[in-house]
Amino acid sequence: MTRMGVGGWLTLSFGAVFFMVPLVMTLAFSLWEGGDRYGFEAYHLLLASPQLPEAFLLSVELALSTIAALLLLLVPGMIFMNIYAPGLRPAFEFVATLPFVIPAIALVAGLTSLFSGPEWLIGTPFYLVIPYFFLALPFVYRALDVGLRAIDLTVLTEAGQSLGASLPQIIFLVIVPSLRTALVGSALLTLAVVIGEFTFANVLLFRTFAVFMNQVGRHEAQGAAALSVAAFLLTWAAMLAVLLAGRGKTKSPGDA
Amino acid sequence: MANVEVANVGKSFAGRPVLSQLDLAIDAGELICLLGPSGCGKTTLLRIIAGFIAPDAGRVRVGGADVTDMAASARRMGMVFQAYSLFPNMTALENVRFGPRVAGVAKAEQTTRARSLLDMVGLSEHEHKYAHQLSGGQQQRVALARALAVQPQVLLLDEPLSALDAKVRVQLREEIQRIQRETGVTTILVTHDQEEALSIADRVAVMHQGRLLQVDRPAAIYREPADGFVARFIGSGAVLSGVTEGAAVRAGGRLLPASAAGAHPAGRAVDLFLRPEHVRIAPMAEAGPDAVIGEIRGTVFLGAQTRVHMVLADGASLWADLPSVQAEGLTIGVRVVARWDEAAPRVLPTTG
Repeated sequence: MTRMGVGGWLTLSFGAVFFMVPLVMTLAFSLWEGGDRYGFEAYHLLLASPQLPEAFLLSVELALSTIAALLLLLVPGMIFMNIYAPGLRPAFEFVATLPFVIPAIALVAGLTSLFSGPEWLIGTPFYLVIPYFFLALPFVYRALDVGLRAIDLTVLTEAGQSLGASLPQIIFLVIVPSLRTALVGSALLTLAVVIGEFTFANVLLFRTFAVFMNQVGRHEAQGAAALSVAAFLLTWAAMLAVLLAGRGKTKSPGDA
Repeated sequence: MANVEVANVGKSFAGRPVLSQLDLAIDAGELICLLGPSGCGKTTLLRIIAGFIAPDAGRVRVGGADVTDMAASARRMGMVFQAYSLFPNMTALENVRFGPRVAGVAKAEQTTRARSLLDMVGLSEHEHKYAHQLSGGQQQRVALARALAVQPQVLLLDEPLSALDAKVRVQLREEIQRIQRETGVTTILVTHDQEEALSIADRVAVMHQGRLLQVDRPAAIYREPADGFVARFIGSGAVLSGVTEGAAVRAGGRLLPASAAGAHPAGRAVDLFLRPEHVRIAPMAEAGPDAVIGEIRGTVFLGAQTRVHMVLADGASLWADLPSVQAEGLTIGVRVVARWDEAAPRVLPTTG
């Protein structure tokens, strides 16, 4: 590998400044207590709020449900498409890009008029899993697509069949474990999308983490900043956990 | 170990016939090579035997039992693919154990069997490595061990050496032959490499445009090609077109000695095939009235031998393999006499 020149360092520093400044300012603001006093007041208040754990838990539950729904549908769906109907790929690509071009507010309107039941679903916050599914679909599709392209699905399937394995055995023993990095990536992206989603939850009057953060921000600016910092650290910790988990014994074929 | 019988098998893709009315009987314990240029249908035939493709017509029988409608996973045929077929999430040992594992074999037995097979392919020390930590040749050895772990009735090898470099390819094909002899498993190898087919097969099946042209021992395929395509495809040599005239072929106004021409009616349009190892070169001083005279156009040094390219008066090419010491004295542009034993040429009716 060649050494990085002055230009490289400059670019890197500029990037670092660009990303770090807003974070540092947010952190500083969350610690500001008026005048020249700084402290953890905002964080104390936040932790004391009984709604925080509730809102955060709800967001996490929604994220987990969305992840489950997406993976259960997309993993087998994309495996079958790749093996048996590769001609359908353009259709899959098209559908997976749709959520990017439809504004969230239009989705909400369409959704509420289309899904009027069943009762057990629409009355609860888990109704949000439906829009979240579509919001996270493009990210999950992309991540899985990259993972599937890295392995030769047809050859692996045929190799498994010739060794006497059934299709479910091949999927669970070979394909899914080979897609580990892609699956973890999809789950993480979905988590990030769902935790940060505001429009749907706000319009449909559910108090998720993002809605709670917004409410706090309206009358308590430092509190909202504190919440942002906390949310960032949480996401960062999750990323780190994934990274460490990825260093386990299994490696994707792309690794050196 | 079982015999394989392919009866009247046909297959078309999008209206284009790939295999037509193909019959092939493979003996138990035999190593047979399906050889042909790309697109000849050899891989399609292998995949029909494996159960990955259903034939449009005909039957496939293994050990006397009809398997045509049986799922690939129920056929107990080990298969080795061209490349990248090892399960990336498993070590070499886990890959080899996979077959017995899904068959419900006891865990201790899975490991014992897998270890002995890895030992057979010489990879005992690499059992804990993943596919990406193994070289191409090692990966194919693991794939071979994995296919043998299911104790297959038939072993199917789909161009297993084509992705490897030349030296490894030769080593591994000898290994395949040794392992095939040791295990005695009926083996079908698909290849487009004639050297590979001729060097390891008990019998070679030459395919072209969805048909079997000749199925025979390697030496017979080389010496007595049954068909113009086989003669051109296998080995190298000259093809001279002409008409029969007694025990010779008249081509380009000259009589070329070939006793095999006598088997055809006089005046028949034929192709005369002449291998370079049968052609000798003599100085012009020895030219008789019926001498075949050629002008030397080039030489290719092959080590012990040198291949000499000559052009006859009518423009047809002829090649001769000479000991390199003898070929050193030849200069390009010199005219020489080409000779061969009259029993050497193969004479076949002109096709197409």
